[in-house]
Amino acid sequence: MNALLSQFVNLLASALLMLSFAMISQRRILSLIHLFTLQGATLVAATILVGYATNQPHLYFSAGLTFLLKVVAIPLLLHRAIDRLNVRWDIETLINIPTMMIVGIGLVIFAFNLALPIAKLSATVARGTLGIALACVLLSFMMMITRAKAIPQVIGFLSMENALFFAATAATYGMPMVVELGIALDVLVGILILGVFMFQIREQFDSLDIRHLERLKEE
Amino acid sequence: MSLLPDFAHWQQLDGVLAVVTAWLALGATGVFALRRFGFVTKVLFPLGGLLGLLLSGIALTAVFQEPATAVLPLGLPGLPFHLRLDGLSSFFLLVIGATGAGVSVYAAGYFGRGEGTPPGLICLEYHAFLATMALVVLADDAYVFMVAWETMALSSFFLVTANHRIPEIREAGYLYLLVAHIGAIAILLCFGVLQANTGDYTFANMRAQHLTSFWSSAAFLLALFGFGAKAGLLPLHVWLPEAHPAAPSPVSALMSGVMLKTAIYGILRVSFDLLQTQRWWWGVLMLALGLASALFGVVFAAAQVDMKRLLAYSSIENIGLLCAGIGLAVVFSSYGMKPLAALALTASLYHVASHAFFKSLLFLSTGSVLHATGERNLGRLGGLIRFTPWIAWVTLIGVLASAGLPPFSGFVSEWLLLQSFLFTPGLPDSFLNMLIPVVAALIALVAALAGYTMVKFFGIIFLGQPREEKLQRARDAGPWERGGMAWLVMGCIALGLQPEQFIQIIDPVTRLLVHAGLGDNVAGHGWLLVPVAVDRASYGPIIFLLGVAACFLLAFLVVRLLYHGRVRRAAPWDCGYPWQTARMQDTAEGFGQPIRQIFEPFFRMTRELPDPGDEAPRYHVTIADHFWHWLYLPIAAVVERAARLIGTLQQGRIAVYLLYSFITLLAMLVLVRS
Amino acid sequence: MNALAFASQALEILVALLLGPLLTGWVNQWRARLQNRTAPSLFLPFRTLHKLFIKEAVVAEHASPLFRAAPYIVFGCMVLACGIVPTLSTDLPLAPAADAIALVGLFALARVFISLAAMDIGTSFGTLGARREMLIGFLAEPALLMVLFSASLISKSTSLTTIVETLAHRELAIYPSLAFASVAFTMVSLAENARVPVDNPTTHLELTMIHEAMILEYSGRHLALIEWAASLKLFAYSCIGLALFFPWGVAEAQAPLALILALPVLVLKLAIGGIALAVFETVSAKMRIFRVPEFLAAAFLLAVIGMLVHILLGT
Repeated sequence: MNALLSQFVNLLASALLMLSFAMISQRRILSLIHLFTLQGATLVAATILVGYATNQPHLYFSAGLTFLLKVVAIPLLLHRAIDRLNVRWDIETLINIPTMMIVGIGLVIFAFNLALPIAKLSATVARGTLGIALACVLLSFMMMITRAKAIPQVIGFLSMENALFFAATAATYGMPMVVELGIALDVLVGILILGVFMFQIREQFDSLDIRHLERLKEE
Repeated sequence: MSLLPDFAHWQQLDGVLAVVTAWLALGATGVFALRRFGFVTKVLFPLGGLLGLLLSGIALTAVFQEPATAVLPLGLPGLPFHLRLDGLSSFFLLVIGATGAGVSVYAAGYFGRGEGTPPGLICLEYHAFLATMALVVLADDAYVFMVAWETMALSSFFLVTANHRIPEIREAGYLYLLVAHIGAIAILLCFGVLQANTGDYTFANMRAQHLTSFWSSAAFLLALFGFGAKAGLLPLHVWLPEAHPAAPSPVSALMSGVMLKTAIYGILRVSFDLLQTQRWWWGVLMLALGLASALFGVVFAAAQVDMKRLLAYSSIENIGLLCAGIGLAVVFSSYGMKPLAALALTASLYHVASHAFFKSLLFLSTGSVLHATGERNLGRLGGLIRFTPWIAWVTLIGVLASAGLPPFSGFVSEWLLLQSFLFTPGLPDSFLNMLIPVVAALIALVAALAGYTMVKFFGIIFLGQPREEKLQRARDAGPWERGGMAWLVMGCIALGLQPEQFIQIIDPVTRLLVHAGLGDNVAGHGWLLVPVAVDRASYGPIIFLLGVAACFLLAFLVVRLLYHGRVRRAAPWDCGYPWQTARMQDTAEGFGQPIRQIFEPFFRMTRELPDPGDEAPRYHVTIADHFWHWLYLPIAAVVERAARLIGTLQQGRIAVYLLYSFITLLAMLVLVRS
Repeated sequence: MNALAFASQALEILVALLLGPLLTGWVNQWRARLQNRTAPSLFLPFRTLHKLFIKEAVVAEHASPLFRAAPYIVFGCMVLACGIVPTLSTDLPLAPAADAIALVGLFALARVFISLAAMDIGTSFGTLGARREMLIGFLAEPALLMVLFSASLISKSTSLTTIVETLAHRELAIYPSLAFASVAFTMVSLAENARVPVDNPTTHLELTMIHEAMILEYSGRHLALIEWAASLKLFAYSCIGLALFFPWGVAEAQAPLALILALPVLVLKLAIGGIALAVFETVSAKMRIFRVPEFLAAAFLLAVIGMLVHILLGT
């Protein structure tokens, strides 16, 4: 039974990785938000499962918190933001998907190799997934680097936070409650600030393309 | 002491030497019959082919024998020729003999029309080329090896420049000679490292040396560079697409089918035989270089518009795959996983034989097409299957084998190679384990791209409508050409259908190199090829062929019985568009366009697009090699600058030259005194 | 090797020949229903085949023998493929002759022949179709191979029957690598069977078609064989998918009863799969041709990631 549960956690971890790849190869902003919501939901499921498998009730709380924040609140905020910015059907044009995926595979190999020795030290049910979580972090980071528009960058940032959260769950059964609450608050504040920031650049440059910010440097 | 050799006690080695001598004698005869076309082409070349057959027969028996050695009192005093015939050299002799036989018979027809060089000279160069290739694999000391190696390079250089009145061909020959010599220097240095300051350059001595990790790696790297230059590994591949199209087709066939394999022989000899232990990173390096060459070669092949250049790039691809297989064998061998090393090595050796047959066949068929039409440019060919059906059907077999399709020979080696990758998980190093799926994926991609390239090659030349008027007068191949190509086709089919028999021949070779073989596993499964166990993997090409053939025939008969077999000939439909011309078909550029677009970073493209208002719009695209621009041209520039610096020494006045000599003399005297 | 094995082999090929066109008809029926059209009969493909067989075959004047042989070769390849994939039983005498890699080779052989036949007449559409088909093929083929390898890594075998036996008769276990493989496989089979996001099986709009462009010059029995072969290909791909991801219900050796039970299970699985395909085709739009390499490259890379995940979690 425990073996099956652990395999199920692995499956959810793989789903997270797959969603990360889907996100780096998605050009539409709307689909990106959907994928982000799905990633949050997968994270919630994985957390509940790890909590059940290891009998750690505090993981249920953090799962609930994640659900409220990442499946309900942030997607809602993002939807409102793209409506008000009128970028619901925007498409990012400048990404070369196969190249991104090849770089992604390189990152995955790197992350897996990095995680193997750490995973051997750990004794948790989800130790095998540490490599996947690390890969997700790196992929989200790459997404932030390669995107030119503001909203995909914000989503990349949020998905990186998701991956970090999953890594914590996988490696040490989550962080202490205080830290978790703090991070949740941070993310929420972060998204608000970023929202304000997005409206600001929109007003300044009449576009959400953050390459315009390059003009702000000193001449 | 009798002058007659003792035939009753002849060993295989004596037989091989006799064939080599006879080849040289044939070549010498050619010099005396310099311009007698009939004699040279219809007597000497077929005799050479017969000798090739004999050589392959002798080699076939020698594979299973214990190694035999001989010392010939030739060469410099105190430096006799050491020769050795073991499993590895026998296997390569088999390939040289069998391929050489087909090519020689073909050449009897091909050279009948004359090239720029008198036929007698071509005969000399050709047979010297064959004989020295055989000597290269026989050599048992560095001295013979280098003599044979250099003679091989020189004779092939003269063959490449057979039409030496054309400037491009002279340039191609020069480039080839240059790269060959740079490679030879590296090989020489490699032998220098291997003999470890003992001053004894026999291979037996090199085997006995135990080099430190640093020196053995240095020897390996030098060998990889030197032999890689001959084989056409990245980044030393540039001579291949120039030299192969320049040479007459039988020569391209020999160079691509056989000569490149002597370089593979050299890599195998040095890394598995002369160096006793392997390091894992050598294997990874070879894997990486091999895969890069394979992908590069196939992508460039798909974009070519000259049929012989296309095949030359495809040779780079195949050499890359071979190299990847050997690299995998090195990795396995360094971790002591002998059965897996044997599997990977068997795959590579199988590909050596299979590539020798199908690539020679394809080069020969381009020769026939060239003679029939006078065209090498794919953009001016087309529809030849209707005018030269013999060439077309023979080429189709070669194309299917080259595309790695079952049940032909290319598929077997590809299958074995992929099998060896699948059995990989279990390497002690996790990083290598992770790399393996990526590598397997790349090999699968290369194989699939080879299919694309071959469909382009065959489809553009033989199918569709003739793109030029004159193609309709093309004449099919003559009897000699047919004979030579038929022999190679038989090779492709036999290698494809009887892998379990051929693996028995490879078994002693892998036993010699990695102390394990597939022979015992493969035996006893009837028509199935089973490398490890039936429930792990099996492949039965004959059953496969019978299955497809049975379905074909049944469908044919049932349709005729139940319905009818009526056919009406009419003009092509083409969506009802009546004004079809041959120029509306895809050109070679058009067929390569998706590849050019997808793999754009591989190419250095210059494109000329017409304006919208152009009266006579022309589209022009040329593709070039990044390596040429970023690696070779800068090196050439540096060399030229250095030459100009040295050139300032040249004054043109005798007094100044005498002064140089005088100063040198003084300096020498001072040196000697101190 | 016994009589039962040969019987199940023969039965399997027969079932494929019959169920192949039915599956095509079933998918077409559901597509029509989902698009609010009156659905054609389930047996329409058979009637079309019959009609085509009766008709006289019109062949272009300058067609070579290759053009006339290709439909039979393609048909033969597809029948053999259906005979190799374990659909009803894993006790198949033909199966040892071709493992997963040879199966991919078999599909490639068929593809090469149909592309060559398309180039033979020398019309602009024929060569265009051939080029596009090879473009799809060179990406789909390695992707399919990687999907099969993901399963091979689990069962440590490339033999299709061993793969199905290990996957179907193990204790229940979840393999995350198969999740990647299944996504990749779905993408590949859509492309390989000329389905909607890549190609449209019903289109005759010249600039968008791929498969149809290649077979424009065929008529009569040749066209019938090619259509039948296309149905068989869809059937074979569906069965590979079922064998890898839903392997339950396939009979093992020496089990005549299970063999009888296997047929209804297969029909049920295919029916569900067919509806899923129809739904997917209805809700998605066709891609531009130069998005297709991207789509297939994604499939290829996903399959590779699947293998990596297997190695990570397996060690």
